[in-house]
Amino acid sequence: MSGAEKINVTVSAVVPLNELVTRFEFKRTDGALFPTFSGGAHTVVEMKDDGLTRLNPYSLMSDPQDQQTYAISVRRDDEGRGGSLFMHNNVKVGDAMVVSNPVNLFSLDLRAKKHLMIAGGIGITPFMAQIKQLDRAHGNWELHYATRNAALGTYVDELTSTHPNDVHIYYDDDKNFIDLENLLDGQPLGTHIYVCGPKGMIDWVRGKTAELGWPLESVHYEEFLAPQPGKPFEVKLSISNKTIQVGENESLLEALEREGVDAPYLCRGGACGQCETSVIGYDGKFLHMDHWLEDDEKASGTKIMPCVSRFEGKTLVLDR
Amino acid sequence: MTIQFKDETFRDDYTFSNSDWAIKRFPFPFHEDSYMYAVNMEQHRGGPDGSVYEKRFDVDEHYVSEMRDRAMVLADDPLRCQSLPHMTLAGWDLLELIMVSKSEDYPDLFELHRDGDQWHWINKPLGIDDKFTFLDETSLPYGPMEYITRQTQGDFCVLDQRDDNLWMDAGIVTTQADWSLDFDIGMNFFEWHAPVPLAHEKGIFVRALKFLLNIQQGAPARRLNWTMTVNPLLDTSPENYHKWGIQKTSLTPENIGQKQHLRVELQTFFRLPRSNALVFPIRAYLASFDDLMTVPKWGRRLHRVIRDLPEELATYKGFIDNRPMMLDYLSRYDDGKPTSDGIWPNLDTDPPRD
Repeated sequence: MSGAEKINVTVSAVVPLNELVTRFEFKRTDGALFPTFSGGAHTVVEMKDDGLTRLNPYSLMSDPQDQQTYAISVRRDDEGRGGSLFMHNNVKVGDAMVVSNPVNLFSLDLRAKKHLMIAGGIGITPFMAQIKQLDRAHGNWELHYATRNAALGTYVDELTSTHPNDVHIYYDDDKNFIDLENLLDGQPLGTHIYVCGPKGMIDWVRGKTAELGWPLESVHYEEFLAPQPGKPFEVKLSISNKTIQVGENESLLEALEREGVDAPYLCRGGACGQCETSVIGYDGKFLHMDHWLEDDEKASGTKIMPCVSRFEGKTLVLDR
Repeated sequence: MTIQFKDETFRDDYTFSNSDWAIKRFPFPFHEDSYMYAVNMEQHRGGPDGSVYEKRFDVDEHYVSEMRDRAMVLADDPLRCQSLPHMTLAGWDLLELIMVSKSEDYPDLFELHRDGDQWHWINKPLGIDDKFTFLDETSLPYGPMEYITRQTQGDFCVLDQRDDNLWMDAGIVTTQADWSLDFDIGMNFFEWHAPVPLAHEKGIFVRALKFLLNIQQGAPARRLNWTMTVNPLLDTSPENYHKWGIQKTSLTPENIGQKQHLRVELQTFFRLPRSNALVFPIRAYLASFDDLMTVPKWGRRLHRVIRDLPEELATYKGFIDNRPMMLDYLSRYDDGKPTSDGIWPNLDTDPPRD
């Protein structure tokens, strides 16, 4: 691991919010204060799951100025590799865990005259912190939040009761959808857009804003991919002179870490580029899942993002 | 140790001088007998006792006089300190970082007492005792960045991070190696580095930017940079070139040892938590050639580096015309013996001078 020291924490609260989402709150084990952070930051949570160490990023959704408590909200993914299931099934109040210092890959552009936030589902979490930050600075913001229905509307009640005029809720089950074109049409000059949610929503907002001529610099999005399970494969590492096996339910990055090979990372979700690794040789097929590498780089067979991408074939040799 | 603050000047009569303590801890910037650009970053997490690396914000014997010089520069030219409107939060971040660091690292000199947002700051060397409300600009005599950097040695660039780039959107710059905040304000990383020779071709700035964008909270970094300055001038700015540029012609073989200074910048980088901006403190240390020659290893090495430096770099750093005279002086301190790796003086282990 590269970067700052980790922070030892104790789970101080586990709060089920609805059928799918639970909030986890942490206090520092040493009794000191947490670092403040900027709205949109995430922390990487270490999970000791039956011999595997999982490192999953979650948006910090507590008040960025609250140095007593960090909070994350985790949506249970029954199809995933098990990180969210571990959180939901195994983590209890009083447990010792380890989290990273905050890292922000989705920060507010503080030049904005207005912050227009578009959230889908669990994508609401970074906005919870950003709204608290902006409220303190008397910032101008507006939230449009689409979720399946009221029962799964994580933090809907809290948001609408504290900010009845700035929060707009859309329930898919009611066939109530964000009227994006109209919404964009009415925005003042200097508005910045932030979107966090499923890939389809992000593509939709990016596509529509581009079509309407919005500057790229004014449209911000955060999309961390969860690493997907896949067939096991073998990798040769030329610098550390090792051959390692990547299991079905672990990522290449996790396998490198398990073997003590230092690979830097920030997002662990194919977005930040930090873990980019050079390919020295291969015979087989890459399963590129990230949205960091350009299409021609993916096709060239010279780079791989080990946090989310996999390989199928005979041999893969990496510059690690 | 207790620091004895000096009463000295960096202009006119130039009474600046280094004590033996300051010479031995001088951040000599050459770790080998040659020099070429490199990103050369390392973590800024302490260093040997008493070295300039030990504390997050080094305070030394020149502190009080440097702060007086800064106030004079600002009185003459207020545009040396600028902060675009969206950078105020980063200014508070910086104020918090410095106050917390200094009060923890130098408890005998600085005190910070916090009760919620009611803060009480005591700076004993400068005789400052202020109570204010954190995040309330009206409770301080200056903006937060200017307030704290009038009390902290070194220049400060506060860089906004957006669009995969860094932007020079705030700073206070009064002790600079011939660049101007007023000119660079609002520029991005590649724009403000455009005048630097050779480094672009080597891809240095692309790699440096990638590194800086990824600097994390709790993991500050540092590097050294250097140039040459005739007379112990802190303010070698383009704005005042007409005053100091001509002084470069005043060197003679007789006065070069006292007048010619190696100017070293300790550059550090901290992620600011509330704003996600990056602060880039640039702390200048000055040592005369005579000071440096008291360390045999540094005498040998400085001669070899200056002798072999590419012409473009000697030109860019502004001493190409004086290089022959420098080499005449420096060659007397190079007996051809080997030098140890690294920047430290190693007085006990490197050979004495012939």
